[in-house]
Amino acid sequence: MSQNFRIALRFLTAKKRAMLMSLSCIILGVGLFIVTQAATTGFQEFFIKTILGTNGAILIQDKVQATMRSIASGGYNSGYEIRQKEGQKYIEGIDYPEILTGGVKAFRNVSGVSAVLRETVTIHSSFREQTGQAYGILLADHLRVSSLGSQIVAGSIEDFRVQQAGALVGRVIADKLQLDPGDTFEIVDKNDVHHYRVSAIYQTGVNDIDSVRVYLKMDDARALFKKPTGATYLQVSLIERDRAREDAAEMTNSLGYRADAWQDREKSWLGVFKAFRVATAITVSVFTLIAGLAMFNTLAMIVLEKTKEIAILRSMGYTREDISTIFLWQAAIVLAIGTLVGCALGGIITYAVSQYPMPITGIFTSHKFLVQWSKWHYIEAVIISVLTVMVASLMPSRRAARLEPGDIIRGTAQ
Amino acid sequence: MADQPKIAMRCEGLQRYLGQDEGRVHVLKGVTFEAHAGHVYAIVGPSGCGKSTLLYLLGLLDQPDAGKIWINGQLMSNSLDAVRTAARGEHIGFVFQFHFLMLEFTCIENVMMPMKKLGRLTPLQMVERATRLLDSVGLGDKVHRLGTHLSGGEQQRVAVARAMANQPTIILADEPTGNLDVKNASLVFDLLTSLAKDNGQAVVLVTHNPDIAHRCDFTRPMRDGVFV
Ligand SMILES: Nc1ncnc2c1ncn2[C@@H]1O[C@H](COP(=O)(O)OP(=O)(O)OP(=O)(O)O)[C@@H](O)[C@H]1O
Ligand SMILES: [Mg+2]
Repeated sequence: MSQNFRIALRFLTAKKRAMLMSLSCIILGVGLFIVTQAATTGFQEFFIKTILGTNGAILIQDKVQATMRSIASGGYNSGYEIRQKEGQKYIEGIDYPEILTGGVKAFRNVSGVSAVLRETVTIHSSFREQTGQAYGILLADHLRVSSLGSQIVAGSIEDFRVQQAGALVGRVIADKLQLDPGDTFEIVDKNDVHHYRVSAIYQTGVNDIDSVRVYLKMDDARALFKKPTGATYLQVSLIERDRAREDAAEMTNSLGYRADAWQDREKSWLGVFKAFRVATAITVSVFTLIAGLAMFNTLAMIVLEKTKEIAILRSMGYTREDISTIFLWQAAIVLAIGTLVGCALGGIITYAVSQYPMPITGIFTSHKFLVQWSKWHYIEAVIISVLTVMVASLMPSRRAARLEPGDIIRGTAQ
Repeated sequence: MADQPKIAMRCEGLQRYLGQDEGRVHVLKGVTFEAHAGHVYAIVGPSGCGKSTLLYLLGLLDQPDAGKIWINGQLMSNSLDAVRTAARGEHIGFVFQFHFLMLEFTCIENVMMPMKKLGRLTPLQMVERATRLLDSVGLGDKVHRLGTHLSGGEQQRVAVARAMANQPTIILADEPTGNLDVKNASLVFDLLTSLAKDNGQAVVLVTHNPDIAHRCDFTRPMRDGVFV
């Protein structure tokens, strides 16, 4: 323990009460920062996981057709072309999904590909009718690119595999139509009436999905839509989700189909999450700002009160640097205690909140408050408070160091 | 020349103005003075004649407006703050007129404070030396008492012990016996003088006590900012 540290500690213990305000603001600032970050990223992470688990990391749809202009400006498949969107035309759908799947699987980061046929339909139950979207899937393929298998809340996926004309129905639409596993419903297409049986009910937690999607087996869907070949899109899952953009760009470039990464597809929601996270971080940082101001105030007060001691120390050979170090140490000690307690508090509240039963409905559905544990929330909280409080401590410490012992003694003694 | 004692401190033509604008006062009007190792000097004079002001200059706590100061042969006036600070720690022991202790520290911590800054002794040696010094000012039984729990006279004796902590070249004491009863005043004075003789230190003290002044090796009467 250095001598300056020891002196700082003693000055501080004599002024405990004054430092309390600063200390409590540091604790609150750090603690709340951690909790709010854990919660906002918790919801964001839940959203991303759901997106990846339902729509996949990359969706491949729409054939790219070069127009005369883009051919003139760089040639087909020339990298440059992808970015120049106005020079391109898209043709909806995928004609030969099997061939395209082979091309997509050649990418190293790809862990699964599933061809999906989709159309908007009207669903009738004995209770009422409802517009929805029917998705034709090959179950084995689709389980590899989605979390559908773990999203079943009633019935069983095994029934869907074996049952004739089985269907997987979203929680919200099933409730609206009052459907339970085993019930039948109809999809009317022109004059044909097709009958299906509810094999299982799934719940992704995302309202937009659970309220519209009905999964059918690919063959049933082909019969319903009268489309013996082709697919609406390919759903692709990735090993490293953060490389989706790069992979999608490369796929668009080399396969001749437009590939969209999840970050671009969900840009607006992800933007909302980010804005929310930044906004709460700024709001909570007000506490840290107050902690900084309180520290400035308290240190300035201690400097005024300890001018005599500063003069004594200087007369004994303590340098200007020693004096400013003594005051910076005081801030550092309070900071250390504050950030430590703040981190502990943040962790405890985060845990408590994550355990608290709290039904959430809206864009998602969850029965608990969602949190994400990350050491970065703690590191960021500590960095923000250390920066704020140390910057606030610089001025009073410098002032203490600048005091001339002669002036102090004359002012006090005479 | 061989038995001529070493010059611990010398000043020449020291001048100091204090205050600003109309309130500006010519406090020191050219003081020249020499303190030899092993000798005790008394500066006497009426209140307000500039004794403390002179002592602050000699203690390198303040800067003269004119004149020069040498400590141990080295020119110190108007040198860099870092140089003067180091010299304060190593060569000068200062006893303030108004017993300046660090009140939230114990007696021994106060005495060890200059030693820790200089850092020449081991922690154990520091404790031993500080204990011995406190013992010699009659506070051997109050070593671990906080400064706030000491009487004015006791605080002053701790301040004397602290001034001698680093065995400085020169001890500057502004009324070191001002708050003490006759017995303790005599004790502190004897301590200062005997240590100075033993270690070859110079002592310059300001006093209003004629008895004390009389027992010093030299007396320098001062009036209106000059020695007379
Ligand atoms: N900041 C100041 N501005 C103007 N004049 C000052 C200032 N500080 C001290 N003085 C004056 O300087 C003169 C010398 O003061 P100093 O403290 O050196 O006297 P002193 O001889 O130590 O007196 P005492 O015996 O009472 O301690 C005094 O007349 C005092 O009024
Ligand atoms: Mg005086």
